[in-house]
Amino acid sequence: MLIRPSDPLTSSETTPESMYLNRREFLAAAGILGAGLVAGAAPRPAGAQDPQAVGKPFGLQSDDKPTPWKDVTGYNNFYEFGTDKSDPAEYAKGFVPRPWTVQVDGLVAKSGQFQLEDFLKPSVVEDRIYRHRCVEAWSMVIPWRGIMLADVLKRAQPTPAAKYVEFTTLHDAKRMPGQRSGVLQWPYVEGLRLDEAMYPLVLLATGVYGRDLPNQNGAPLRLVVPWKYGFKGIKSIVRIRLVDKQPRNTWNLSAPQEYGFYSNVNPEVDHPRWTQAKERRIGEFARRPTLMFNGYKDQVASLYSGMDLRQNY
Amino acid sequence: MNDTLGWKRLRAVREPRWFAALLIVAACLPALVGIAGMGSDILRDTRFFGSNPIKAGEHFLGQWTIRFLILTLAVTPLRQQLGWNWLAKHRRTLGLFAFAYVMLHWLTYALLDVQLDWGDLLRDLAKRPYIMIGMAGIVLMTPLAVTSTKGMIRRFGGKRWNALHRLVYVVAVLGMIHFFMAVKKDLTEPIVYATVFAGLFAFRLFRRSRRPATVPS
Repeated sequence: MLIRPSDPLTSSETTPESMYLNRREFLAAAGILGAGLVAGAAPRPAGAQDPQAVGKPFGLQSDDKPTPWKDVTGYNNFYEFGTDKSDPAEYAKGFVPRPWTVQVDGLVAKSGQFQLEDFLKPSVVEDRIYRHRCVEAWSMVIPWRGIMLADVLKRAQPTPAAKYVEFTTLHDAKRMPGQRSGVLQWPYVEGLRLDEAMYPLVLLATGVYGRDLPNQNGAPLRLVVPWKYGFKGIKSIVRIRLVDKQPRNTWNLSAPQEYGFYSNVNPEVDHPRWTQAKERRIGEFARRPTLMFNGYKDQVASLYSGMDLRQNY
Repeated sequence: MNDTLGWKRLRAVREPRWFAALLIVAACLPALVGIAGMGSDILRDTRFFGSNPIKAGEHFLGQWTIRFLILTLAVTPLRQQLGWNWLAKHRRTLGLFAFAYVMLHWLTYALLDVQLDWGDLLRDLAKRPYIMIGMAGIVLMTPLAVTSTKGMIRRFGGKRWNALHRLVYVVAVLGMIHFFMAVKKDLTEPIVYATVFAGLFAFRLFRRSRRPATVPS
């Protein structure tokens, strides 16, 4: 299937001026802030030494701009390093993601244990800019670097019985202190249907912003499925297993009525405790409408034709 | 009798002259931090509250509501155990601050988070139990704030006023249910606050059980 990149990014990485004026007016009108603060409004500058976004945009809307490096690497969920969104950046500092082995096994002709370098070597590393939507109703635009999962799977040669792919995070409470708490079942596991996993938008990411993946973002290898909620993007992967039955996934095990297996971004199916119709883009004031399949409907909707997406949330 | 724990000295503490003023200034500080922090994050991208300042600020003000409810309910046990009768008159101040913080919490939600999208506000209220419960808490706090003046106390008469203001226990329970339901997964923080509330409730039940039944509460 062909993936067409949408409009290329404009050179400006700052929030559009109109939005700034909007939020200034809104707050001033609400009478919440002193005149001094309002007068001091300035657009969000990229840090001087922060890397520039690189990569080919996929499925971006015309007003989508890469989320600043500071937010991409400073605000995320990675419960293996704590439950606050600033915890991963703080507590993953000492994590050493090398050497790293990845096991590929299950219903494949060619299973094996690979050193990360050998695992990546046969594939083309690409920079791609994707939209990212967290199940908690915030979103980002992230310049990922990685390889196509399909590439890895083809090399492993799934047998005809293989229907799903199961992923597992490193389980080592000495290196991942969050695993000492019982907040989730460890290790973190995730899964995709094989045809989803083979879809060319799915990445095994090794970096962001043209740099190696920071520890807090799931170093050294994580899944990126841009049309699904962020928690499907399992981090620090040590095992990829082909199976014949739908695997369990950690958040589904934790709260089955709130988090399903598919977890496709869908503005029409609310989380029981909040609406999924809108999202707050990190760095923006006004909420945006959430797009079906996070804006990748043209590409991936056919994977789910005939499926009740309300049932299979 | 020796007083190794300093218990006697502690009981003898009188109200410092500056206490009322200090209390008000201190109680305003979190609100100033919350408002200035969110304002500077939204307008100047300072990331004081991190990358998602509206959510973080909303939670910050909600936590301070719970803390002021705890302080309000701690006045009576402290007064009774330490004999600090002078604390009693500050209970109203603390209660009113709890109400002020819950209003700021709600305003952050309505103005900054949902941005006065009335459809969304009503849908939230109809569909989300934790929002319903939170709103019920605010609704029940309102008459307590309104009847907090001396004139209102007089008009109500002590007994009826006291009965009405027992609603604060219901408010505390609703606030804690709201907190538990709003948390995604990590319940550590609400459990800590719930434990403190449980202690404050237990103190009252214990005292009541030891009092002769004929004495009105």
